[in-house]
Amino acid sequence: MSFDPAITLFSCHYTSQQSCAEEGSELEQLGFPASINLIRVPCTGKLQVTTLLQAFEDGADGVYVVGCPVEGCHNVKGSLRAAKRVDSVRDALEELGVEGGRVQMYHLPRGLHPEFVAKGKEMDSRIRDLGPSPFKN
Amino acid sequence: MIVAERKPLAEIIEMVKDCKKVLVLACRGCVTVCSAGGEREAEILSSLIRLGMKKAGKSIEIINGSLVRQCDREYIDEIDQWDGEYDAVVSTACGVGVNFISNLRKDTMVYPALNTTFFGGSAEQGEWTEQCAGCGDCVLHLTGGLCPVARCAKSLMNGPCGGSVDGVCEINKDVECIWQSIHDRLNSFDRVAQMEVIAPIRDWSTAGHGGPRKVVRDDLTV
Repeated sequence: MSFDPAITLFSCHYTSQQSCAEEGSELEQLGFPASINLIRVPCTGKLQVTTLLQAFEDGADGVYVVGCPVEGCHNVKGSLRAAKRVDSVRDALEELGVEGGRVQMYHLPRGLHPEFVAKGKEMDSRIRDLGPSPFKN
Repeated sequence: MIVAERKPLAEIIEMVKDCKKVLVLACRGCVTVCSAGGEREAEILSSLIRLGMKKAGKSIEIINGSLVRQCDREYIDEIDQWDGEYDAVVSTACGVGVNFISNLRKDTMVYPALNTTFFGGSAEQGEWTEQCAGCGDCVLHLTGGLCPVARCAKSLMNGPCGGSVDGVCEINKDVECIWQSIHDRLNSFDRVAQMEVIAPIRDWSTAGHGGPRKVVRDDLTV
């Protein structure tokens, strides 16, 4: 089944700097999926579990977080905290009988780099395979 | 503090499946400290209930509230501000809170969101261990401040059993033999002779084996 997913990305301010390059057009030129709604946060460690769950309540088919490398977070443990919260959301989704793969954490280096786009494509492909969110009933 | 954990979501959703509106009621006492049923956890639970109901093709309206404690009448009275706005309360308090609301609000259906586990403490962030069994007849003055009732798998009162090896309990390598620790601690205070005193057969009636317990303080009743 083909469908156009809605994916919410919460990204660290530093990790997603390239989204600002050339008024945001550079990401698009690099092939960053249009299905992804990028929300920049000062630090992923600030993200609460409720924020991630709210994205699903608001209709996201998939949610992912991009933060600093574990050993290189600008706020020391911010991205580690985010990863723990993503894990807890994944556990809760699975408890509800929903694929845990709909939520994901990535630790990526800061600045302009190809992995940011690659992980976006990976998430887009995964969610297309999984299909629409079961919460959209 | 009283330590608790969230019940499985399927169990909670089964409780509220026929409700249209529920009040998810947090407790700002012990369960906030152990991150099981405070305002933050109640908000997370509310979101998960909504998602679970959506997945089942149903909708539910959730009101979030919280009380200072759910184990005192004066705070329970605050529930009245939501009168008529819900079909049931989902309490994220410990079992005491659920009982208290049930005792004091005969027309209110209350569901427990947590499994109440034990009286414990947190030495490491995110980790709680049982320290007290609330047995009603404390012996900590005889055991170096370490409780054999709560922390010995057999609640032995006269030293370790044969399953104690290298300070570890036979039930699990991650469980210390509390009698070994009692010995070591008494020894460090030069009081190990205390171990030679035979503890008498214990009267467990104070531990709940004599039925529900009650404390009355005449100096406080008016």
